[in-house]
Amino acid sequence: MTSMMTTPLAGYLLVAALLFAIGLGGALVRRNAILVLIGIELMLNAANLNLIAFWRYGPHPEALTGMMFAIFSIAVAAAEAAVGLGLVIAIYRHTNTAELDKIDRMKG
Amino acid sequence: MLFGCEVCLGFFAKGIDRMNPIFYLLAAVTLAGGLAAVLLKHLVHCALAVTVAFAGLALLFLQLDAQFAGFAQILVYIGAVAILIVFAILLTRGSDLPKDGVFSKTWFLGLIIAAAVFAVIGWAVLASVSAIPQQNTVPSVTVHDIGNALVGRYVLPLEILALLLTAATIGAVIVAMHEKARPR
Repeated sequence: MTSMMTTPLAGYLLVAALLFAIGLGGALVRRNAILVLIGIELMLNAANLNLIAFWRYGPHPEALTGMMFAIFSIAVAAAEAAVGLGLVIAIYRHTNTAELDKIDRMKG
Repeated sequence: MLFGCEVCLGFFAKGIDRMNPIFYLLAAVTLAGGLAAVLLKHLVHCALAVTVAFAGLALLFLQLDAQFAGFAQILVYIGAVAILIVFAILLTRGSDLPKDGVFSKTWFLGLIIAAAVFAVIGWAVLASVSAIPQQNTVPSVTVHDIGNALVGRYVLPLEILALLLTAATIGAVIVAMHEKARPR
């Protein structure tokens, strides 16, 4: 416990791990497609927190590697959210529902 | 107990700053927001809760001296993604509560998988505490440096990202565009 308290990076990594698990649980447990996308966004954000924390406490912050990775990841996540929510709206228009277990047209 | 105190004092003497209460506060806000976003019944409440989680993460980035990433997080997530989510909820009538519950039938399995993933990552972090880096000099990186890196060393990823964003915007519009009714 003492060692965890004294290294700030471990604290950030644990918070990110918990946030990732919450996002994963949300994506697996909820029935609504929009909530699944929210869970995926939470997982991406947890990864970003890891990148920034390693950038801050790593040996070469002036190289900006972790920072750049996080910025690009934020931009890609924004594109993913736009396309994902567009798909949800298209599916809703076709099937009149956004509940994932009711969309079973391809079930054999 | 005494040994622990001595270890703490030793770290203080070396000038290693310990986890401050602000970190705990921000972590609690972020995790509570995330948990509420996943557990609440009403989709609109979920969207508000996930916005709180995004804001907490932006503050954590600021706490990590990553000002640019923090403000980018506020602009992109709170400014754009949260609004997109609210739009999608309203366009799909997500504000009506479904009759047969908000959780899937296999929710217990999902819970077990999430807990197992957290256990593995948490074990990996705690097992490697002595090996992880801890530089404590605050990195002096300005927005000027980030801009130079973006158009210098990272110019190719930047161009690819611009292409990806354009393609994603057009793709999202085409996917969600109103189709003409076709005879089946």
